Amino acid sequence: MIEVLQNLDLTPFVLSFKLALYTTIILFIISIPLAWYLSQSKSKIKPFLEAITALPLVLPPSVLGFYILVALSNTSPLGAFFEEMFDIKLIFNFTGLVVASCIYSLPFMVQPLQGGFETLHKNILEASYVAGKGKIETIFRVALPNMKPALLTGLIITFAHTVGEFGVILMIGGSIPGETKVASVAIYEMVEIMDYTAAHIYSAIMVLMSFLVLLFVYIFNAKQARKIGRFHT
Amino acid sequence: MIEIDINKRLHGAEGEMFLQMNVAIEKGTFTALSGVSGSGKTTFLRILAGLEKAEGVIKVDGDVWLDNTYTKPTQDREIGFVFQSYALFPNMTVGEHLLFVKKDKKLAQELLELTELGALVHRLPATLSGGQQQRVNVCRAMMNRPKLLLMDEPLSALDNTMRTKLQNEILTLHQRFGTTTIMVSHDPSEIYHMAQRVIILDSGKIIDDGSPKKVLLKTSGSAKFSFEGKLIDIMQVDVIYIAIIAIGQQLTEIVVSHDEVKHLSIGQTVNISTKAFSPLVKLSQ
Repeated sequence: MIEVLQNLDLTPFVLSFKLALYTTIILFIISIPLAWYLSQSKSKIKPFLEAITALPLVLPPSVLGFYILVALSNTSPLGAFFEEMFDIKLIFNFTGLVVASCIYSLPFMVQPLQGGFETLHKNILEASYVAGKGKIETIFRVALPNMKPALLTGLIITFAHTVGEFGVILMIGGSIPGETKVASVAIYEMVEIMDYTAAHIYSAIMVLMSFLVLLFVYIFNAKQARKIGRFHT
Repeated sequence: MIEIDINKRLHGAEGEMFLQMNVAIEKGTFTALSGVSGSGKTTFLRILAGLEKAEGVIKVDGDVWLDNTYTKPTQDREIGFVFQSYALFPNMTVGEHLLFVKKDKKLAQELLELTELGALVHRLPATLSGGQQQRVNVCRAMMNRPKLLLMDEPLSALDNTMRTKLQNEILTLHQRFGTTTIMVSHDPSEIYHMAQRVIILDSGKIIDDGSPKKVLLKTSGSAKFSFEGKLIDIMQVDVIYIAIIAIGQQLTEIVVSHDEVKHLSIGQTVNISTKAFSPLVKLSQ
């Protein structure tokens, strides 16, 4: 047992967390303007945008993975463009995983942020406009600081969801050690070759880390709720 | 001088109506806006603030805020707006609220002292009483030395003592900063005390406009006392009738004759006046 632990290859975990970190940062930057627009808009195209944003929630990862694979491969215009212009291949490598994860995890960032923006009382934002502040300053100094639970939920759930990704990664990245073989894929392979000891250890690590992350979110949110109080009136 | 001639379709409680207002407001004056709920008072303030769209023209000292082709953004209007719901920022302390508007520590200090908030400068809104929160709201509105101060029922949620105190503080600020102020209020005594002019709205139109004395004092002829009240109940006691009438928060019993009862029904708004006595005025306990 101890020998197994000593020889444990941690690369898949490092990859998983690197992928999750990149995805979370990129999605955070993309989602703030998108979620803000969706929360403030009364436009007729809003339901379409909302439906598109939520699609990854309902589609089987294989469907999503298939389309992303087709869209990013070097026979598609997008894939060909990236390969010719920047010499970047978008499939069967880490970059491709990041792109796919950003699409797959989009609703997990946009929806909490949109919900957070929507719970803010309209008057609070208007008070900021009256004070002469533009939209960007209002978002960063008034809106975001007053929706910390939503913010944290978005960040953590996106991170956790990306760590837990499996189907899309298998389709876009395959299982290249040190490049696209993340923890979930590694566990799948261990089970396939019936290495249950290693699968047990890997799985236990995943369960423990995921639990700790979620526990932290809930403790933080409870503290925030006590501090700010029910003050969205 | 603020010249306003605006038009807006509203979806009120009783179907569609048009808010149509054509008024001019003198610089540096204190104007009260009154009228039943849903008559368009808040919408009017929000249009002046640029928080709601409307058709028409608004000019402030010759500067165009609204016309057919242009709407000046709220951010550039240099106004103060006191929200009925306080609308304080939960993440900012009292001091941070003021400095958020403008980094002018001297002015912030002056406003906080004037409103006796000095000791609370590091407190978050959630820890303040209603009166204190509304003071922060008023101070925040004064921080950019507004040309135009708009207040939407700023004192309606406060008790009487706090109301009087804040009325005086608002008046002091209004005078010291030379602001043009428009305040929505339902309270005649408040309007009388604070405003030089009162505009009464009904279904989006101005139905009365003048000095509070002219508009609000309802005594006519030789009547000395005249109150408007709501008829709550009529009881027969032997040969007379007693009407229970609510005047403001106070319930009173009034003896009415058989002939008078015929014209009254419960729920009506009635006028009670008297002339032939000299009332006593004493300090209330």
